[in-house]
Amino acid sequence: MTAVNTLPDHAYAGGAREAFTRLWESRTKYLLGAICVALCIVMLTPLVISILESLKTTEEAAALPPLYYPHVLSLDGYRRLWNFQAGLPVYLFNSTGAALLTIVFCLALTIPAGYALARFPIRGKEGFFVFLLLSLIIPYQALVNPIFFMFAKLQLTNSLVGLAILHTAIQMPFSVYVMRNSFEAVPRELEEAAVMDGCNSWQVLVRVFLPAIVPAIITVSLFAFVTSWNELLGALVMMNNSSTFTLPLALAIARTQTSIGGTDWGMLQAGITISIIPSLAFYLLLQKYYVSGFLSGAVK
Amino acid sequence: MHSTTGRYVGLLYLAPALVFVAAFTAFPVLQMLWMSLHNWSLIEPPKWVGFADYVKAYRDSQFWTSLRFTLTYTLYITPILMIGGFLIALLVAQNTNLRRFTRAVVFVPVVIGLGASSLLWYYLFSYDFGMVNRIGLDLGIIQKPVVWFGESVDRSLWAVIASIVWKVIGFGMLLFVAAIQAIPGEINEAAVVDGASYWQRVRRIILPLTVRTILLVTLFSVIGSLLAFDQFYLMTAGQPFNKTATSVFFVYLNSFPYLKLGYGAALSTILAIIVLTCTLAQLMLSRRSFG
Repeated sequence: MTAVNTLPDHAYAGGAREAFTRLWESRTKYLLGAICVALCIVMLTPLVISILESLKTTEEAAALPPLYYPHVLSLDGYRRLWNFQAGLPVYLFNSTGAALLTIVFCLALTIPAGYALARFPIRGKEGFFVFLLLSLIIPYQALVNPIFFMFAKLQLTNSLVGLAILHTAIQMPFSVYVMRNSFEAVPRELEEAAVMDGCNSWQVLVRVFLPAIVPAIITVSLFAFVTSWNELLGALVMMNNSSTFTLPLALAIARTQTSIGGTDWGMLQAGITISIIPSLAFYLLLQKYYVSGFLSGAVK
Repeated sequence: MHSTTGRYVGLLYLAPALVFVAAFTAFPVLQMLWMSLHNWSLIEPPKWVGFADYVKAYRDSQFWTSLRFTLTYTLYITPILMIGGFLIALLVAQNTNLRRFTRAVVFVPVVIGLGASSLLWYYLFSYDFGMVNRIGLDLGIIQKPVVWFGESVDRSLWAVIASIVWKVIGFGMLLFVAAIQAIPGEINEAAVVDGASYWQRVRRIILPLTVRTILLVTLFSVIGSLLAFDQFYLMTAGQPFNKTATSVFFVYLNSFPYLKLGYGAALSTILAIIVLTCTLAQLMLSRRSFG
């Protein structure tokens, strides 16, 4: 790469060379900074366009050629979305309900599981752990088929509980992984102190571990919610009654069937904007958990 | 702390999760395999047909069209995500305020839903209402508006690729940044003192030390692309002539609107095997690179 007795350029003292190097470096720095800004603009522009379109009046939203921005702000798109087929409140209720149920199921299953895997001498523990990660290997897209059939028999189609079960199955590996790591990281002294006070294992779980694993609970809940909120294929398969549609499903339908003859772009963007809001809000508020969740999920 | 009773209590805590996965992941796999050997619908009793459905898949031209299309999509988008994600990560790896802000912004599309993103880009690529054509015309890049969906498979493919790259590149960037930042500073400083240029440092230091992450991102990208559904269902609806229907889309079409659950199960099995093979291949490759 370099001969040992050659000094690097910027080691030469003084003079034009050093000045040039410094100028080049600062020019590069500005160039890189400009690229960063450009990148940010490219990333945000589509979202901005969508939000602006959702705030146009009906006429402006359907204008040809399309307007860059609304000249008059209006909530027409949102109003039509509110009344679209079964109505926006229904879709929001279904999406939120399924997402919250998913959180509850995930936590109820993986908190005890993490506890068991981290703290109990179970024979074949590693094997069980790998088993719980099963849906990493089997893509849920392939399982939708048999699960639909199973749920049809169990009358769980068209139900939020059924959808939540599917979403929980999707989230299991990640949740179990995060929970187990989190339990393992709790110092044993806390546990031992509680045991010496005469607590049984359940009390130890509730009094010692639960407060200690709150970040993991937040992370698991966050990802469970977001996965469920955004999921489409499962909802598409499980729900055929429009009163049980989730928001992504309703938007998929709004893509083709609308009331104005031709796609109602303003209404569609309003729907997109609304469906983005929770994800975006959670990201901004809980960025720390988002990032650490993605990173730990990748390590697996 | 716990004696032999601990073992059983532990199992008790583990049981709910085990039962859940057994019931809703393991059992469906077995059911899928079983269903794939039958003609199955909701109304009639299942009829044993053995491997007939698998043979049918082999003979089904749409099966091969979908598979080819899915592989093409995967082969095009994966390098773009890898190289793009890596370059962006190099750009934003330092911890200045601007870089950190850029990181946060580039990650924003990752958190919005795939459905929302696909519909958004469906709108942007619309022939007469979309901003892509409008901006292209205004900037003089194109002379007349382009029909992105429904006519040419290539144009549809690239439109979808553009939208997905926009959406998920932040994910690769995040992982690469973490890997780059994990490289000890002394190695970099030593290289600078030795007179290494930036790109030499990238090639000789950063790349080798982040190989593991690179393989990981590739794995995620490949699997995700093989299983792509939402974006094609929402943006191209498989058109023209089902030529842009990916494998999962194809499975969906055969299982649900037509309710040929047995055939759908066979297709699902084939898909699962393909994905499994790719996963294993990639895991083996990554293990080999570490000796």
